[in-house]
Amino acid sequence: MFYREAGDFKTSYKDDAQTFPIRFDRYRYYVVLLVAFAVVPFLVNDYWVNAVFLPFLIYAIAAIGLNILVGYCGQVSLGTGGFMAVGAYACYKLMTGFPEINIFFHVIIAGGITAGVCVLFGLPSLRIKGFYLAVATLAAQFFLVWLFNRVPWFYNYSASGQISAPERTLFGIPITGAGTEPWATYLFCLVFTFLAAILARNLTRGTAGRKWMAIRDMDIAAEIIGVNPLRAKLSAFAISGFFVGIAGALFFSVYLGAVEVGEAFGINKSFLVLFMVIIGGLGSIFGSFAGAAFLVLLPVLLKNVLVGTMGWPTDLAAHFEFIIVGALIVLFLIAEPHGLAQLWRVAKEKLRLWPFPH
Amino acid sequence: MKQKLMAVLAAATLTAGPALADLKIVDTSYRTGPYAANGIPFSDGYQDYFTLLNERDGGIGGEKINLVECETGYNTEKGVECYEGNKGGEALVFQPLSTGITYQLIPKATADNIPLHTMGYGRTSAKNGEVFRWVFNYPANYWDGASHAVTHILNENDGDISGKKIALVYHNSAYGKEPIRTLEELAKKHGYELTLLPVDHPGQEQKSQWLQIRREKPDYVIMWGWGVMNQVAIQEAVNIRYPMENFIGIWWSGSENDVKPAGDRADGYKALTFHNLGSDYPVYDDIQKHVVDTGNAAGAGDNIGTVLYNRGMYAAMLAAEAIKTAQEMHGTSAITPEQMRDGMENLEMTEEKMAELGLPNFGPEFKVTCENHGGNGYGAVSQWDAEAGEFTLITDYYQSDQEVLKALIEEDSMAFAEESGIEAGCE
Repeated sequence: MFYREAGDFKTSYKDDAQTFPIRFDRYRYYVVLLVAFAVVPFLVNDYWVNAVFLPFLIYAIAAIGLNILVGYCGQVSLGTGGFMAVGAYACYKLMTGFPEINIFFHVIIAGGITAGVCVLFGLPSLRIKGFYLAVATLAAQFFLVWLFNRVPWFYNYSASGQISAPERTLFGIPITGAGTEPWATYLFCLVFTFLAAILARNLTRGTAGRKWMAIRDMDIAAEIIGVNPLRAKLSAFAISGFFVGIAGALFFSVYLGAVEVGEAFGINKSFLVLFMVIIGGLGSIFGSFAGAAFLVLLPVLLKNVLVGTMGWPTDLAAHFEFIIVGALIVLFLIAEPHGLAQLWRVAKEKLRLWPFPH
Repeated sequence: MKQKLMAVLAAATLTAGPALADLKIVDTSYRTGPYAANGIPFSDGYQDYFTLLNERDGGIGGEKINLVECETGYNTEKGVECYEGNKGGEALVFQPLSTGITYQLIPKATADNIPLHTMGYGRTSAKNGEVFRWVFNYPANYWDGASHAVTHILNENDGDISGKKIALVYHNSAYGKEPIRTLEELAKKHGYELTLLPVDHPGQEQKSQWLQIRREKPDYVIMWGWGVMNQVAIQEAVNIRYPMENFIGIWWSGSENDVKPAGDRADGYKALTFHNLGSDYPVYDDIQKHVVDTGNAAGAGDNIGTVLYNRGMYAAMLAAEAIKTAQEMHGTSAITPEQMRDGMENLEMTEEKMAELGLPNFGPEFKVTCENHGGNGYGAVSQWDAEAGEFTLITDYYQSDQEVLKALIEEDSMAFAEESGIEAGCE
């Protein structure tokens, strides 16, 4: 009944190649965008933005970035936390060094700087693969965190080694710092998430994405049919780094406002984003959103249900949170090894035939 | 287990009902994660004291205290979630018990007009109340602690420590880095040599740091550790047979949970403190009677009288006294966060007051003013007696080197004021 192509005629190649070729799907997408841009900003308060929406949107960008690298190009990376730190520290240095430039551009440039660093650490991928590459990127994670802790220039010689975002505005509205309105920070991050998703979706549908997938599926075969592995792999590292850097910059400047590198961008962050990608679904933009939602929203939801509604002691609830989230991860991966995105695809297939499956 | 759960659920539904318009206190605790060993006793003490006031006196000034607990796991993201979720409903004061979360909350709480009490931790320069209007760190701060440690070493060496080697083993975070600047200034003044040995979060891996200590044989080791890092460091010190009486921890590295795993050989380990130790105070009889015996003790109830339990209780006592001060000043029992700030800013702790509360000689006397949010910087040194299984004070309270610290605090707070566009001054 839903998601039917019947009666949905395409009369041009452009129509045929659009992102959401099924009319129902397209309208659903427009409705989601409309709600996200025009309805949610009027409803949110500090709690919803700072505990739910900002982490979700920012982790979604990071997950999209990592998904390009791991899901589309097949290069395993455990350096996401370190690359997010690059984005955060680049953004901090830019914010304090060039206060007259708009924060929007700082975030973009921070993404660019991260892309460069990411390419540098992606160079070993030309020689090593699989687990060995994972270890090489793990080295990036530890090296970058160590670097930002060790060299005082990165944190402007502050006594504590913390970096704190000064107040910066966009069209006169504060985006970073303490005096922000919840709708402003929400919309700021939403714009980035929206752009990142569009960009990633279209990249993965085009030549670049097809090259990445060819490399992922079999690099020797890809090389034989004319894919340059150097350019394909490094472009995946660069674009992945760009998104991850933007996520790191937003994470620091808009969401937390002050970070210390070891705590905020440690190895745990790398694993968290990797789990988002795996649980959400490798090689799927929707999967990145689903994975981020699963790992960001579920703990908050569980906490509010267990402590807020049921009145459990906080420590018991915190331990049960681990158990429940862990059990659900195992369960999901057994039921659907290809992640939440595959579950969604299956559901769509079912919905097409519903209610007359035969 | 099931029965216990049901009992907890029943108790929670009973107590959650009428506690809405009362004095809301948020306890951002951590009972899970690598810092839980230290987070649990502090939170237990903090909660038990408020429970005592509710049970014995019916709250403060006739208003019941509504204590909301929130688990952070020492994680800043969860800390932000906690703060945003609980700042509404006239939350009177936040006690984050984490320097990282404190740094997050300083701008937020200032914008939301909610007082922060970072007792003996957090941002040291918050002592300058002219800049940090909503942040309080009385009765002592990290830089006081650094100075206390150096003064203690000075006293042990008849006032001359030039050429001595002192190593600082610190948690590689904002918390652990706090004392470095002070120790460097003091090194200039007293002529000792300072070695910095960072330990990364969570602190289980310290072999290389202690190997370096073994090789370089510093005369003294000062430690800025927390959670599992403390236990590991003390164990490592024992392993390399470092003389424990030359090993001095900050007040966050001196609880029973930290030294007990190392056994008898941790005997002699020293730690700073800014309040008294032990459970030999009249208030403990009341806690036993009104809190423990009625089954209202927080957590497992097995930490009563430990160092960190005392500290949590001390924090709660200071908050309760600030509430009383605010109630007197504004002539109302249901105070707002703004009035709470006034109460904290005019708090005066005297010996009579503490004796009256059943805590005679428990902490130093101090008076908070708008210019000074940090107390007078008195502290003492305690030492672990493994046989008796307790920390005992081995010095009187003494003041930190105010001459050095004042300049540092002025410099750091003014830098912050400039950075965030705050005009320093008291209204």
